[in-house]
Amino acid sequence: MPSTMDTSIQIEGVTKRFGSFAAVDNVSASIARGEVFSLLGPSGCGKTTLLRMIAGFEQPDEGRILLDGEDITDLPPNRRKVNTIFQNYALFPHMTVRDNIGYGLKVAGRAGAEIRSEVDRMLDLIQMGDHAGKKPSQISGGQKQRVAIARALINKPRVLLLDEPLAALDLKLRQRMLIELDNIHDEVGITFLYVTHDQGEAMSLSDTIAVMNKGKIEQTGRPEQIYEAPRSSFVAAFIGDTNFFEGKVTAVLDDEYSRMTIEDLGEVLVFNDKRIQVGSPVHLSLRPEKFRISRESPPENGRTNRLEGVVEDIVYLGSHTRYWVNVKDYRIAVTQQHGRFLLDEKPVAWNDRVFVWWHADDGFMLEQYREDDEELLTSPGE
Amino acid sequence: MADRTSERKQEWLISAPSMVWLTVLFLAPTLLVFAISFRPSTPFGGVGEGWTLQTIRELANPNYPAIIWRTVWLSLATTVICLGLAVPCAYFMARARARWKPVLLMLVIIPFWTNFLIRIFAWKVLLHPEGLVKKLLLAVGLVEPRDILMYNENAVLLVLVYSYLSFAILPIYAAAEKFDFSLLEAAMDLGATRLRAFLQVFLPGISRGLITAALVVFIPALGSYVIPDLMGGPSGEMIGNKIAQRVFVDRNLPHASALAAVLTLAVVVPMVAVIFLQRQKKPARAKEAGG
Ligand SMILES: Nc1ncnc2c1ncn2[C@@H]1O[C@H](COP(=O)(O)OP(=O)(O)OP(=O)(O)O)[C@@H](O)[C@H]1O
Ligand SMILES: [Mg+2]
Repeated sequence: MPSTMDTSIQIEGVTKRFGSFAAVDNVSASIARGEVFSLLGPSGCGKTTLLRMIAGFEQPDEGRILLDGEDITDLPPNRRKVNTIFQNYALFPHMTVRDNIGYGLKVAGRAGAEIRSEVDRMLDLIQMGDHAGKKPSQISGGQKQRVAIARALINKPRVLLLDEPLAALDLKLRQRMLIELDNIHDEVGITFLYVTHDQGEAMSLSDTIAVMNKGKIEQTGRPEQIYEAPRSSFVAAFIGDTNFFEGKVTAVLDDEYSRMTIEDLGEVLVFNDKRIQVGSPVHLSLRPEKFRISRESPPENGRTNRLEGVVEDIVYLGSHTRYWVNVKDYRIAVTQQHGRFLLDEKPVAWNDRVFVWWHADDGFMLEQYREDDEELLTSPGE
Repeated sequence: MADRTSERKQEWLISAPSMVWLTVLFLAPTLLVFAISFRPSTPFGGVGEGWTLQTIRELANPNYPAIIWRTVWLSLATTVICLGLAVPCAYFMARARARWKPVLLMLVIIPFWTNFLIRIFAWKVLLHPEGLVKKLLLAVGLVEPRDILMYNENAVLLVLVYSYLSFAILPIYAAAEKFDFSLLEAAMDLGATRLRAFLQVFLPGISRGLITAALVVFIPALGSYVIPDLMGGPSGEMIGNKIAQRVFVDRNLPHASALAAVLTLAVVVPMVAVIFLQRQKKPARAKEAGG
């Protein structure tokens, strides 16, 4: 891939080993200028390591990193036009909020008056003007977070690197800071590289998400692509909940549809634009919200699949309800949004015999998963 | 609040024995020393009756300013050199792999297993005209055959630094251990060079360890007696040697007491100043722990 003017960061075949273990394994990615690009993945998958290589705290063993087309692989951190928000904020405890924010400008040798006015502007942006004279130990977690953001942004970096910036905050504050981060991004318009293991954060903030697993990027795409069209069983399981069914392709019907057989459940119609061949072992991924559930048999429709089972569990979750339906020893998770039409019916109850059905287009067929993803292929969290 | 006061009481009770101990065996003798400075001396080495300023006037001995000056500068130099060596040592110890830390700490502590005097005599052997150090330096041509490595101020300084280095490393290491090294990365991320991050972020971060280290080196160095006695010769005398000389050779206790009082004041005044300064820092730190 040639780097164009619209590419902010280009990662080319980067590998980082600790001993013989590859924490980041031949990763390539292209981050567009001005976008929010998230690295999403489970703990230990190498997100921080990749971020630290971009910041300059770690040297890649292989590959190179370009910033605006310029190779920065060998530059020390202090000479890269990127700034980092650390997970624990890393504010200097012996300096006031004002001195913390102004540190980058002071190091750059700017005049005192200029630093003061720039810091004032930043204090305004993060609404911390009243706390300028306090030490980091005297402000709250959310305030520290904002100071860390201001301290980074004041240097006008080309890219802001954020390593799980909200992880230390409680849920309420996290949601508020998420909106604030979004606003700040709109205001400054620079590239954000956002590391998180929280899919909700990644989904709501990102233009692009790269899902990482075991040092590799499994899939890169827009949030809805990642969610609706996962390319591996790992991505399907990691992003949102899903039901997995193991089986084999039995017939390819046309360009779009195939039939597959699921052990004990029989044949179902599946969307198969990947042209997976007859006889291939496959997984079918079905998100809980793609199902319909009712006591009456659904109207016939050539594109739907239907199963019959018994409701084992019902969990009311406010905006929706989660049902666990036992179909021939498969435990299927089904969620239904609450709407007017549901209130009018006699609701589905525990131990009811029910039908669950779904449109063939809503299922996702995935080719063989890797052995080590096995632990992910269990039913959704209960 | 009620809890606080009962806690205070308990603290008092627990520290009472050591308070009594310090009062009886430390404070009282020190006050006695101060008192004796104002007593006349007797020809037989005793302390006479009545009060006099005679001894204080005798302190205007023309030799003293030089010795006091040497004592102060040797102690200051020892402190500066010890801190200068201890900071990098502590930095690398604190950054070492977890399994190496106990080993490195052991290496700092091991010298304490050998008696202080024996270690000083070991230096005498090393620096002796026929000793290992002299021979090595001769071999690389750094000294002339006639140069004497011992019985001068530099030999005293060398052994002072050697003796107090461990005492400087330990408190600085303790502070560095607690230092959050990601702060150095943050500083470099903001454009600081490694050196600048070290000076502007690491050193302020371990300031308490530095203050403690400076005190535990400077104070005992001021009162050094054995090291200048064995290594210094007449040109390396410190005030401790003069006090001993007044007691054992001149048998003039009031004079020795007056010198000791001067030394005590020289130690106590800076110490009180430092404690006062640290007290002023404390409120901010207490909040840190609470918030
Ligand atoms: N300095 C290091 N030495 C040895 N191994 C390391 C080092 N840093 C990271 N690792 C290993 O590399 C892997 C990836 O670590 P990394 O910190 O990048 O994960 P992460 O995706 O950021 O995880 P988390 O979400 O928990 O922060 C982990 O298995 C970790 O143990
Ligand atoms: Mg991490």
